[in-house]
Amino acid sequence: MEKTGKSELLVAALENGTVIDHIPSDKVFDVVNLLGLTNIDTPITIGSNLSSRKMGSKGIIKIADRYFSEEECSKLSVIAPNIVLNIIRDYEVVEKKRIAMPDQVRGIVKCGNPKCITNHEPMQTVFDVVDKENGTLRCRYCNKDIHKGEIKLL
Amino acid sequence: MDQTGRSLISLEGLDREDILWLLGHAAKFEASPNSKILDGKIVATLFFEPSTRTRLSFETAVNRLGGRVIGFSDAATTSSSKGETLKDTIMMVSNYADLIIMRHYLEGAARYASEVSPVPIINAGDGANQHPSQTMLDLYSMLKTQGRLDDLHIHLVGDLKYGRTVHSMLTAMRFFNPTFHFISPDELKMPEEYKEYCRNNGIKFEEHTRFDEETIADADILYMTRVQRERFTDLMEYERVKDMFILKNDMLRSAKENLKILHPLPRVNEIAQDVDANPHAYYFQQAKNGLYVREALICNALNLLK
Repeated sequence: MEKTGKSELLVAALENGTVIDHIPSDKVFDVVNLLGLTNIDTPITIGSNLSSRKMGSKGIIKIADRYFSEEECSKLSVIAPNIVLNIIRDYEVVEKKRIAMPDQVRGIVKCGNPKCITNHEPMQTVFDVVDKENGTLRCRYCNKDIHKGEIKLL
Repeated sequence: MDQTGRSLISLEGLDREDILWLLGHAAKFEASPNSKILDGKIVATLFFEPSTRTRLSFETAVNRLGGRVIGFSDAATTSSSKGETLKDTIMMVSNYADLIIMRHYLEGAARYASEVSPVPIINAGDGANQHPSQTMLDLYSMLKTQGRLDDLHIHLVGDLKYGRTVHSMLTAMRFFNPTFHFISPDELKMPEEYKEYCRNNGIKFEEHTRFDEETIADADILYMTRVQRERFTDLMEYERVKDMFILKNDMLRSAKENLKILHPLPRVNEIAQDVDANPHAYYFQQAKNGLYVREALICNALNLLK
């Protein structure tokens, strides 16, 4: 894991588990919700507003004894594409996972168009990722685009 | 064409051959509009938002082909006003009908209906999103009056910002090497995303804010739309431009002989009454063409075209 000054010292090292790093500070609790962290019972440390050389301010979440599937990880890409997941086994970082923007985003994001059918029916939203670099999503139903920064979660 | 789902939600999935094939069938229906090809079929027209013109056109198409129609023309008289979901309404009606033609005020409603419905859906307009049968009848009218769809100069006039029909036309015409002229007041200019679409698809276009005899002199098609008061944030601006985008008979003096004037209707005052008698005027015949195009679209959805 990247050393970022004193922030490393604020929390205990993990023996096994996942450290989610480089979370924009205002997205920390979105990550908590998307990964359903309120429903797991292993120790979790949440840090926010930590100083970061790369991004100024960042958040970190450490989850003991828990690993995440590709599908769970790809959900995070819609809110914070630069997040890194460090996989820890026996106090060592054995893998650094960058998350990939999926081709399609189902049931996570709310369509910003108030006249879209998805905001009126009990149904799942579906977006095609039309621009992976800029994080632009297009609603499968009303065809309106949502740009990074305008994305709201359901 | 995607033969697995026969629903028609937008024209996005159609290529040049599909479009010409459907228009070719529309021409056959024009030659003989009455038949029994829909004998024994029941078609539901579900109009969650009133649209008399479109509904009558679709229902006439079914009736002329020997099918029967069930449905409603206003959601206020149905159980959706009691809070029934669209899905439940579609599931219920699909028990009775072989095909559902629907108009809805919400965008994406027709696509969603096509995902849950066991019978095909034809989108007769979903909010500001898509209205494929209107675009097909526009194309049919151009093909019929010009003898071709390729290399036409198409002048779009009026509300290019919100006009659903003009946006769909850009998409559908991408196969036919058109040159577009966008003529509108500043507030209602063609949105940047559609101009970007034109650039990406090699569609030539020019923009104008003046609407006069000279601007339309090289047009093959003059496609008029209504400049609506409620679209303006600045009403002073509306007062200033409202009379500048009205087509008057004397503006057609230098028009090319083959020029035809189209309008999706209803017209209010954007085409002066004296234009109606001009041989360039084509908007009433255009509406009539809608019948033949819809006969083709209905039969295609039911897999009855060869």
